[in-house]
Amino acid sequence: MAGTGKAHLSDDGDVLLRVEDLVVEFPVGRTGLVVNAVSGISLDVRTGETLGLVGESGCGKSTTGRAIMQLPRPTSGSVTFEGRQLTTMSTSDMREARTRMQMIFQDPISSLNPRRKVRDIVMEPLNIWKRGTAPERGDVVDRTLEEVGIDPMRAAESQPHQFSGGQCQRISIARSLVLDPSLIICDEPVSALDVSVQAQVLNLLEDLKARHGLTLMFIAHDLAVVKNISDRVAVMYLGKLCEVAPSDELYRIPAHPYTNVLLASIPVPDPSAQPAAVVEVIGEPPSPVLPPAGCRFHPRCSNAQDRCRQEEPQLRSIGPGHFVACHFPVHDGTEAVAVRAPVSSN
Amino acid sequence: MSSPSQRLTQASGRPESGALLEVEDLHTAFRTPRGRVRAVDGVTFSLDRGRALGIVGESGSGKTVLARTIMGLLVGRNVERTGSVRFEGMELLDRPASDMRDLWGREMAMIFQDPMTSLNPLMRIGKQITEPLRAHLGLSRGDAMATAESLLRDVRIPEAARRLRQYPHELSGGMRQRVMIAIAMACGPTLLFADEPTTALDVTVQSQILDLIGEQRRERNMSVILVTHDLGVVAGHTDDIAVMYGGRLVEKASTVELFANMKMPYTEALLASIPKLEEPSHSRLRTIPGRPPDLVNPPAGCRFAPRCLYVRDRCRTEEPPLLPAEVPGHDFACWYPVGSPEYHERKAELAAGGVAVPVEVGAGGIDAGVSA
Repeated sequence: MAGTGKAHLSDDGDVLLRVEDLVVEFPVGRTGLVVNAVSGISLDVRTGETLGLVGESGCGKSTTGRAIMQLPRPTSGSVTFEGRQLTTMSTSDMREARTRMQMIFQDPISSLNPRRKVRDIVMEPLNIWKRGTAPERGDVVDRTLEEVGIDPMRAAESQPHQFSGGQCQRISIARSLVLDPSLIICDEPVSALDVSVQAQVLNLLEDLKARHGLTLMFIAHDLAVVKNISDRVAVMYLGKLCEVAPSDELYRIPAHPYTNVLLASIPVPDPSAQPAAVVEVIGEPPSPVLPPAGCRFHPRCSNAQDRCRQEEPQLRSIGPGHFVACHFPVHDGTEAVAVRAPVSSN
Repeated sequence: MSSPSQRLTQASGRPESGALLEVEDLHTAFRTPRGRVRAVDGVTFSLDRGRALGIVGESGSGKTVLARTIMGLLVGRNVERTGSVRFEGMELLDRPASDMRDLWGREMAMIFQDPMTSLNPLMRIGKQITEPLRAHLGLSRGDAMATAESLLRDVRIPEAARRLRQYPHELSGGMRQRVMIAIAMACGPTLLFADEPTTALDVTVQSQILDLIGEQRRERNMSVILVTHDLGVVAGHTDDIAVMYGGRLVEKASTVELFANMKMPYTEALLASIPKLEEPSHSRLRTIPGRPPDLVNPPAGCRFAPRCLYVRDRCRTEEPPLLPAEVPGHDFACWYPVGSPEYHERKAELAAGGVAVPVEVGAGGIDAGVSA
């Protein structure tokens, strides 16, 4: 997965967010070493689209989301949002640009100030940007709270700890909506929630997206969740992209060995399902401080060959909208391989 | 693999005296300023040797409190425990904590959700594994270290000897959970509690860890209680499933029977709310409206009634008992279970009214698309 390359970027004008060659590195103390959190990925998100970004912990998916928000600014690469280059923007312009792009986080309870009333938390962005008069702000907040299913009366007199995790995530969503953004980056928004509540929040995001004409970037490790909400999915591994494809296509004919491993690892709620043990994945992801040469997935890939150890694969097209960064993909798009578990145990 | 005799006792639903763990009418309540929180409210089940039981439910359903009560970890002046927990025939509930210490590690062990915080950050891995070996089994330092190394190899940790000298922060989350399993296995317990053991881990690591627990269970003929909110996790890794709601067991059956023939609308709703890979993207997810009940003042009647799609008047006034279904070993607590005439009638009404109702589940099976 090593994939770099931009073959998958769209060239039509309807791109809301475009990320090119994004690199994020963090120094390791004073050792001179760096953590290669994100190593040259390129992505675009079209207006009104939901792009899913999946991968294991440490693959750089959250860092990518934050680097897009310039929190912190990436080491190199460019981020273009609504036609404006964010990486070179002044801090004050950037603050203003962030009103159009909002983020919601994994842990809803710790992302809300525990000492403030919920209604004030949701009001805060409007106060900072001095939008409208006080009664107008109140109207916007109450309307938004109602939209996400929180009683504004209760919100006015309660603090975050008086709400459940799912409700706190709704409050976070309301806070991200009041400034009327065009893009919301959702960083694992449902992974701390129970399945039943998770379904409520996912449905809510879909409704709000339709009602407000939002564009979403949905970062998560749960492939079933990502599939449900996304139009297109990008799979990341160790700071690189492996595969980008329309959601249904990615799950129907995954081409990258890593995508296949991820799909086969999902526990199927059906005791009669065949165990997915036929797909081999070796160990755990290596350290991003010293990433493997060539394809970064090769040490764990059951299909790795010499070329994979030396040469980094580039993202290339194998079908309409379907791109893969692998020298030896499970299929090259010409043959329809409708299997979830491609590597047999022979 | 369970022996035929074990399968037999399971099938009859009346385990012989050979059952490892028998829990009867167990109640655990916490005294709080708001009132008594009845976290576990009359739970009865038994577990045979070598079998794996999944306890499933949402947050606040009492599943973790149930596991901790059985293990004797919940003590204190604000905790009220009544009922009976018999482990190999011994009553555990009235034992003082000092007696429980002899059982912990040696007879029953627990692995927790968060491998980051369950290990002592200041102690080398080796020391943490050898501690129970020396305390419970009285091994010498050298023997304990040798055992620890082989335990690490059992849980597939590469370079075991080097790992023994490392600190937890030098290990990944998956490796730390393997260390936790090694510690739990150290004294060869007969019962392992795994409380959301993979919730903090990635999917690829999750399946490795669940397989590892299953493998250790078979090798050691150990019983496992897997506590989780994820029906997907228990489906492939347990023999039986108990579904909890509002502090009570609402359904229990063998895993195969439960998935093929679930009776409780709650179980059906839980399963229906999982996003399925077979469904096209943007499929509307079915949700469970509302929230779990307040355990200080649980609703009258069935505790799931306020959130149930198929609720009728009787559900709101009269609490359904846990009664056997047609298939032996399958118990459920519902007046109008999935498949009953009233269920179908209500479902037809809802469908006519345009309400999304679970379709696939309960009708004899769940989506078989993937496995096909």
